[in-house]
Amino acid sequence: MRLLIVEDDAEAAAYLTKAFREVGHVADHAADGLEGYAMAEGGGYDVLVIDRMLPRLDGLSLIRSLREQKDETPALILSALAQVDDRVKGLRAGGDDYLPKPYAFSELLARVEVLARRRGAPASEPTTYRVGELVLDRLAHRVTREGQEVVLQPREFRLLEYLMKHAGQVVTRTMLLENVWDYHFDPQTNVIDVHVSRLRAKVDKGFELPMIHTIRGAGYMVRDTR
Amino acid sequence: MTPADASPQPRQRFLPTLFRTTAFKLTAAYLVIFALFAAFVLGYVAWNAQRLLNDQIRSTIDAEIQGLAEQQRQGGIRRLVNIVERRSRAPGASLYLVTTPVGERVAGNVEALPPGTLDKPGESEIEYSRTAEGIDTPSRAIVRVFVLPAGFRLLVGRDLEERDRLGAVIRRAIGWSLALIFILGCFASWFVARRVLKRIDGMSETAHGIMEGDLKGRLAVTGTGDELDRLALNLNAMLDRIGELMAGMQQVTDNIAHDLKTPLTRLRNRAEEALRTAQSPDELRGALDGAIEEADNLIRVFNALLMIARLEAGRVSENMSDLDISEVVSGLAELYEPLAEEAGLSLTCEVAPGLKVHGNRELIGQALNNLIDNALKYGAPEQGGDGSVTVSARQAGDQVELSVADRGPGVPEADRGRVLDRFVRLDASRSKPGFGLGLSLVAGVVRLHGGQLRLEDNAPGLRVVILLPAGSPKPVDTPARAEPAASTAASNPAGLPTH
Repeated sequence: MRLLIVEDDAEAAAYLTKAFREVGHVADHAADGLEGYAMAEGGGYDVLVIDRMLPRLDGLSLIRSLREQKDETPALILSALAQVDDRVKGLRAGGDDYLPKPYAFSELLARVEVLARRRGAPASEPTTYRVGELVLDRLAHRVTREGQEVVLQPREFRLLEYLMKHAGQVVTRTMLLENVWDYHFDPQTNVIDVHVSRLRAKVDKGFELPMIHTIRGAGYMVRDTR
Repeated sequence: MTPADASPQPRQRFLPTLFRTTAFKLTAAYLVIFALFAAFVLGYVAWNAQRLLNDQIRSTIDAEIQGLAEQQRQGGIRRLVNIVERRSRAPGASLYLVTTPVGERVAGNVEALPPGTLDKPGESEIEYSRTAEGIDTPSRAIVRVFVLPAGFRLLVGRDLEERDRLGAVIRRAIGWSLALIFILGCFASWFVARRVLKRIDGMSETAHGIMEGDLKGRLAVTGTGDELDRLALNLNAMLDRIGELMAGMQQVTDNIAHDLKTPLTRLRNRAEEALRTAQSPDELRGALDGAIEEADNLIRVFNALLMIARLEAGRVSENMSDLDISEVVSGLAELYEPLAEEAGLSLTCEVAPGLKVHGNRELIGQALNNLIDNALKYGAPEQGGDGSVTVSARQAGDQVELSVADRGPGVPEADRGRVLDRFVRLDASRSKPGFGLGLSLVAGVVRLHGGQLRLEDNAPGLRVVILLPAGSPKPVDTPARAEPAASTAASNPAGLPTH
């Protein structure tokens, strides 16, 4: 995956570039908004990681300009402004995701990977997700594993749906809270963990290999380990 | 403008300063307008008086000429001459003259006339003299020349001295009146303007004092309820609001200094101890994990503090929409239900469907989240209660009542106001995780939405009640609610403008 990091703080930029390279991605760095715009326009990036406050051209204007050029490269906004309104402003400007500073790198990585894969995905969502023997039928609202029906509550269904949509990718607790419950605040408790362990009890119970994996320090992942 | 003009010492340049005062400008403007009016009115009166006098003189002359002509018709020129001679001898302003067709004087009391006067029958205003020598100092008169049969001329007139004297008297009176009006007007308007402007000066002095640091200073209110009073009241209200905000900021700064030092010290000590004593990479790793956790907690506190400060400043007015509060409440209850069950509590949700509130979904959600979190923390069975937590929402008149109730130890009545303040943690809860910011945030959110927050005794336990003004029951429109990031198309989320 090719990434462009537009960040004016040299230390933060060096840390991000290094961290992304360590996990096997190609990461370029631009130190201000104009440079970032020029590099992003050159194209070829899968995801843009853009700091909101930048010299010469601020992050939101940068994204807005790209969108006016019909450049739809997914963009994640990093910002020290963490209030409700700021997030909405960022998304209105054409950003695809918004992560307040300070953040855990695992959180950023998980979100960037989701954005990158979304770019390559077909425009219409498939009606069925399949991970190994686990099948989720979105139209019939039915989940089966090895042919046996798994009975889920509506919210559990949406939780599994989101996890399976991003099968093979790390999904963080915050991403689940945002996308399954549509809450953008910090619940300060392990409330998501309890929901996942309930889901896991229904999906993995009685089977030899687990489908739902806990990724330590990051989140969860649905993956067929066979 | 020279630097001296901007000098703040008014006494040194008193006159320019005087001309710049509003009192002077108002006074001058009123005076000019008033004087113009007075001059116009008085002038009109004088002009009319003059006209009236002239008319009177003319009609007298006409009557006399008629009379004399009649005498002449009846008694011939001799009789006319006799009458004229007799009348001429009587003192008064009347003038008479009878001449031959060639202009020789026959009778009358006029000696000198401008040449040619007698050749113009009709009325004219001339200069004349009663004596031949007095032609150097002529008097003025209105005269009328009448041509008698056989070419004799009859002149009848009236001296204008009286009229002119009267005119002079009127003019003098007008002059004096104007001067008096001017002087009195000066005093009166200066007095009125001073009275008003002194209050304004007082206000700006107070304002100056406040700028200098007397933050408790307030503008004087006279109690008359006039415009200046209303202005003073509004400015005072504004000052109070600013004072509150400043006090809030001060409190935040104090809190940060006070309560954040503790975790920062802990963080520092842990790192130091790890450096000093850690023997293996695993121990170092553990210490670092602890440090990150501690840092995350600090960030949480900062975020909460910033959010409270922003709520109190009333700056989160955007992104308010009519939202289905029933959905928000039951959604949160559902989110927490497994957690409650795991902790041995039972979370009951009693929500009337379809309740509407105008507000910010995220903020109300966060507030309810804090309350439920508290209820689960303090309502746990090991706290002494039966472990039941009830979340409810119902219509209460034109308000929507949301409540979260637990069966824990509750909050003593004396402490109920205090727990809403930042960083306040009751002694009984010191051992529980938290920073004492949850309820402050709830209070901020409720205030922003124009609602009320009440802490009640749930006998036993605590019942927190939020009253919010009910929104309009029209269909819910949530433009502010952004689509979940990862589930939207790669481009701009639908419905959100790109500009």
